[in-house]
Amino acid sequence: MPQEDFIQRDLAQHPLAISPLYKTSMFRGPTRPPLSLKTGMSDLAGPVFGAEELGPRDNDLILNYAKEGAPVGERIIIHGRVLDGNARPLRSVLVELWQANASGKYRHRNDNYIGAIDPNFGGCGRCLTEGDGRYVFRTIKPGPYPFRNKVNDWRPAHVHFSVFGTGFAQRLITQMYFEGDPLIRHDSILNTIPDAAARDRLVARLDLAASVPLDTLAYRWDIVLRGTRATVFENKLQGN
Amino acid sequence: MIVPDALGYLPETPSQTAGPFVHIGLIPRQAGFDIFENNLGSITLGSEVQGQRIRIEGRIFDGTGAVIRDALVEIWQADSFGRFNHPADDAAGPRDTAFRGWGRTGTDFETGTWSFATIKPGRIARRHGEGRLAPHILVWIVARGINLGLLTRLYFEDEAAANGEDPVLRLIEQPERRKTLIARRVSGAAENTYVFDIHLQGAEETVFFDV
Repeated sequence: MPQEDFIQRDLAQHPLAISPLYKTSMFRGPTRPPLSLKTGMSDLAGPVFGAEELGPRDNDLILNYAKEGAPVGERIIIHGRVLDGNARPLRSVLVELWQANASGKYRHRNDNYIGAIDPNFGGCGRCLTEGDGRYVFRTIKPGPYPFRNKVNDWRPAHVHFSVFGTGFAQRLITQMYFEGDPLIRHDSILNTIPDAAARDRLVARLDLAASVPLDTLAYRWDIVLRGTRATVFENKLQGN
Repeated sequence: MIVPDALGYLPETPSQTAGPFVHIGLIPRQAGFDIFENNLGSITLGSEVQGQRIRIEGRIFDGTGAVIRDALVEIWQADSFGRFNHPADDAAGPRDTAFRGWGRTGTDFETGTWSFATIKPGRIARRHGEGRLAPHILVWIVARGINLGLLTRLYFEDEAAANGEDPVLRLIEQPERRKTLIARRVSGAAENTYVFDIHLQGAEETVFFDV
C-alpha cells in the first residue's frame, strides 16, 4: 500500500470558495484560509468498499428504477477511468452519480420545477472501478433546468459525480457536462472555476466508438484524483 | 483526453458544488425514495465493535447565522485503538476490524441537525513526528453553495490533556479559533452526546483544513 504523502492540492484547478456568480456561495463559502497540514494517517486512509455491497444493476439507471417500462429520453453510456495525479489507475474505488431526468426534473422532495417526474427513472447509480480504473454507467441524458440565481439562469445538462480515492484526502464531488451544450458557457456554477482549461476538463466527449449501434450513444470522461509524492528524503516536519 | 504536464503529472479534476439534491445520489431515502438494496453510510455498531458508544450531533450555520438544511455530512475516524480500517494503516498492534469508521448522513430538512451514533476513537500515532494525536473525527461537508468540500476535525471537550498537546490544535495560531473544533459534551444526557456546530463564516468561523 502506498505510504506517500499526497501532493498538495492545486487550488487554481478548483472553483473559488466564494464567487459572486453563484450567489449562495457568498453565504456558505469560508472566508478564512484553510489550515494546511501534511498528510496524516486519517487522510492517507479512507473507507474501502466491496463489490458485495452493491447490486448488479446499481450502475444501470435505465433499469435500476424501471417499474413498468423504460425511462423516457436519450439513452447514453457514460464511461471513463479514475486515475490519480501520477496517471495511475485507481482500482475498486467507489463512483456514485446522480442527475435529473430527461425533463430536467429530480426525483427529490425539494425539487419544485415544472418538469415531469419519470415513473421509471430514479436518477442515481454507483459502481466500483475495475482494475484499470474503468467505470461505466448506462443512463438517460439529463435535461437542462432553471435555477434560482439570476432571474434567467439555466443549468446545462449535467451529471453529479461523487468519487472516493484510496485516501480520504482524495474525496471529490463534482459535475460532468456534455460536449456541445450551448448552456455551458453561460453556467454560473461552472464559471466559478476561473481557469478555462480546468472547466473544459469537466466536459465529457462524445465517444462514437464506444456507442452501441442502433441503441445507445456514449460519452467519455476521465476523472483525476490527487497524486502522491515519493518520499525519497524525509525530514521531520510539523503536522499529523 | 486529460493532458499531462511536462513531467507527466495529471491535474486534479475540479470540484463543483454538490447542489441542493445531493441526497438523491448519496442518501436517496432522504430524497424520498428507495432504490438500492444496500444504502451506504450508516455506521453499524454491532456488539462486536469495541469502544465507548457516543453520539455526535450538530448544525451548520451560514454567514448570516441561518441554519443550513440541505447539506451532506460524512465522517471518517479511527477505531477505539486509534487504527484505521484501511490497508495503509499496517502497523502492528490491536485493531478493530468490525468497525469501518465511515458514515454519511444529511442535515434534517426541518431542523438542520445532523447526527451519528458511533464510538469514541482512540489516539492515533503520528506519521510525522513522535507521540500520538488527540482523539478526533474528520468531518467533511458538501452542500449547495459550497464549491469545494469542506474538511474539519471534531475533538472532544473531555480530552483536555490530549487536546493540549495535540500538534494540529497547537498549529492554530489563535487560541479562540481552536475552540471551533472542540465538541462540547452535553451534561445530563443519557448517552454520551457531543455537540459540534459548524460555522461557515463569521466571528465563529470553523477552522477548515487543506491536507
